[in-house]
Amino acid sequence: MLDAVWLIPALPLAGFLLLLAFGRRLAEPGAGWLATVMCAGSFVATLVVFAGLLAENEANRRFVQILFAWVPVGSLRVDLGFLVDPLSITMALFVTGVGALIHLYAIGYMHGDPDFPRFFVYLNLFIFSMLMLVLGDNLLVTFLGWEGVGACSYFLVSFWFTDEANATAGKKAFITNRVGDWGFMLAIFLAFATVGTIDYVGLNAGLSSVAAVTATAIGLLLFLGAVGKSAQIPLYIWLPDAMAGPTPVSALIHAATMVTAGVFLMTRVNPILAAGYDWVPDVIAWVGVITAFVAATIAIAQNDIKKVLAYSTISQLGYMFLAVGVGAYVAAIFHMVMHAFFKALLFLGSGSVIHGMNGEQDMRRMGALRKLLPITSVTFIVGWLSIAGVPPFSGFWSKDEILLSAWGSGGAQGKALWAIGLVTALITAYYMSRQVFLVFYGDARWRDEPTPAAAGGELAEGTAQGVPDGAHHGAEPHESPWLMTLPLVVLAVLSAVGGVVNLPFTADTQFLQRWLEPVVGENELQLTVTTGTKWALAVVAVAAALVGILGAATVYLRRRVRAVEPAVLAHAYYYDESISRFVAGPGTAFFASVAWFDVHVIDGAVNGIAALVAWAARRLRRIQSGFVRSYALGVATGVVVVLAYIITRIDF
Amino acid sequence: MTVALEVTPAWYLVLAALIFSIGTFGLLIRRNPLVMFMCVELMLNAVTLTFVTFSRMLQDTNGQSIVVFVLVVAAAEVVVGLAIIVALLRKRPDATADDAALLEG
Repeated sequence: MLDAVWLIPALPLAGFLLLLAFGRRLAEPGAGWLATVMCAGSFVATLVVFAGLLAENEANRRFVQILFAWVPVGSLRVDLGFLVDPLSITMALFVTGVGALIHLYAIGYMHGDPDFPRFFVYLNLFIFSMLMLVLGDNLLVTFLGWEGVGACSYFLVSFWFTDEANATAGKKAFITNRVGDWGFMLAIFLAFATVGTIDYVGLNAGLSSVAAVTATAIGLLLFLGAVGKSAQIPLYIWLPDAMAGPTPVSALIHAATMVTAGVFLMTRVNPILAAGYDWVPDVIAWVGVITAFVAATIAIAQNDIKKVLAYSTISQLGYMFLAVGVGAYVAAIFHMVMHAFFKALLFLGSGSVIHGMNGEQDMRRMGALRKLLPITSVTFIVGWLSIAGVPPFSGFWSKDEILLSAWGSGGAQGKALWAIGLVTALITAYYMSRQVFLVFYGDARWRDEPTPAAAGGELAEGTAQGVPDGAHHGAEPHESPWLMTLPLVVLAVLSAVGGVVNLPFTADTQFLQRWLEPVVGENELQLTVTTGTKWALAVVAVAAALVGILGAATVYLRRRVRAVEPAVLAHAYYYDESISRFVAGPGTAFFASVAWFDVHVIDGAVNGIAALVAWAARRLRRIQSGFVRSYALGVATGVVVVLAYIITRIDF
Repeated sequence: MTVALEVTPAWYLVLAALIFSIGTFGLLIRRNPLVMFMCVELMLNAVTLTFVTFSRMLQDTNGQSIVVFVLVVAAAEVVVGLAIIVALLRKRPDATADDAALLEG
């Protein structure tokens, strides 16, 4: 059954090619259904492989399928092969599973879009690339998928490219990612130069022969790649702008799957991180926890329904990096899967709201949608409770696991990481509650006339071209069709009960822990925390979540306290503006000087050499007169000179 | 009294040098392409003579065999060279070697 692994990426690839060829003819909704069926088929294939892997005993749960030698050059031999182990199959399961649900949702959401088939071409290509990324058995195949998902992200962010803001957002996402990809590439080169191989099995075996400094360099360069792809500080700026894409894209690519690729990569190369210096994991943990905190604070003051979720995604990814940094790889993957469920749910829910509001994205113009969008609101509330960390919803279990691991990683540093993580959890509960209260509770502000102050509307119009322009403020918000609500319900169920895959009570209920053991076992953090401490930490975490929710309720529901939404947070600490300001001022001057240097020095040297050659050629061509006798004289003179030289220099 | 005028290899070498020089100067000072061509032949034959002389001196047949090569190459050269010269003279009966410069592109 394991041999069927090639089917997993092959089906979305087939879907992509078919849609490329016949997409226009299939039109709507045929193209969408074809893409959905291919993605669902891929999910079934993954289930088959999963079953096959379960049948093996634990030590043998690693299977490599080589399709063909891809790059056979000298001592470099790179195969196009798939590595099937618990980690890759876990990833493939939720990528294809959540992917299929979002495909289904997109059929409803993209209804009426003139480019309906093109959207599904990209979606299937994305699923294919993502599967190459997670299933690849060496760094290069992973990199192929890595670039593939980056390209799809670009295509889909700027899907409605006729609006310049969307095209710019796509470019921003692509260019920011290049910084990280540069690190990834250098890491591959360095791994090949020092270890001599780039496939994961060989890398892990060959690590013992390389110096710690080399492993540190490879690890940090890969981390740079992960920072770019997973939108961590300082490369997070592209993700909020990426919300310019259609909402299913935000759910699939910019929340559930692609952005988790960095966490996946770190988990995949955990032996490299372990072989480097001790401080490498600390760097990862601190980057993660600071990102989590900063992004959460920014989310407090956002008014665009999708921007809140975007910053929330960055924040949650920060949690995953925190887990990776303290060595809790299982907790990172656990949170990744749970996050895929509840964040996809929240994004799809927000898409449903936007759909129901005819393209409105500003939360200040929503409110009281609970009755009008019953399914959306119930499922959204499940997602909210999950991300806020309210037991027994899935987010509680995974987030608690990460906080516990941070605490258990020991020392003052562990406590500090835990404290920041806890505050972040409180803020998370606060801003998510704020969103729910603003959108589903309170007054029906969409009945009011639009005020000039509501500048968020500009962005909403730009972002929601796919939704047919109806009467913007006259029509009642309405519930979405079943195509959109069905995935919401499925994801809500998963978000509610997903935690059962890794309940921390006894070793028997930690299915995920035992399942991932062969992949991360050696480098996984061994917790030595007593049961009493665990309970205490869990109670504190729940208390923090409740404080956050109650705080938001006081501010936004009861209106006892005026909302505190400082401009510095609404502008995301002016980070974007600073970059623009810097690039516009010193940056432009610097590049102008570089351009001057290029024109005058580099080009000057090149043109100078060309001019010299031309001048010399003009002189030299006089010799080529065409007179036979002058040539003969030249030859004769040459012979005499050579002979004279030989006779004088050589003694017989 | 008879002077024993023995013909030593040096004679042949001097003769060859003379013939080569005549050929060289002829090539340089004459303008008639046909005559220049014959001068080239003179130079070639002078070299051939040198080869044969050394071959006998050193009792080595390699020199002899090279002569055969030179003859073959010379024959080929004559075929090509004469064809060009005849073509040139047909076009301009009073052409000199310097007029070939007109062919310059």
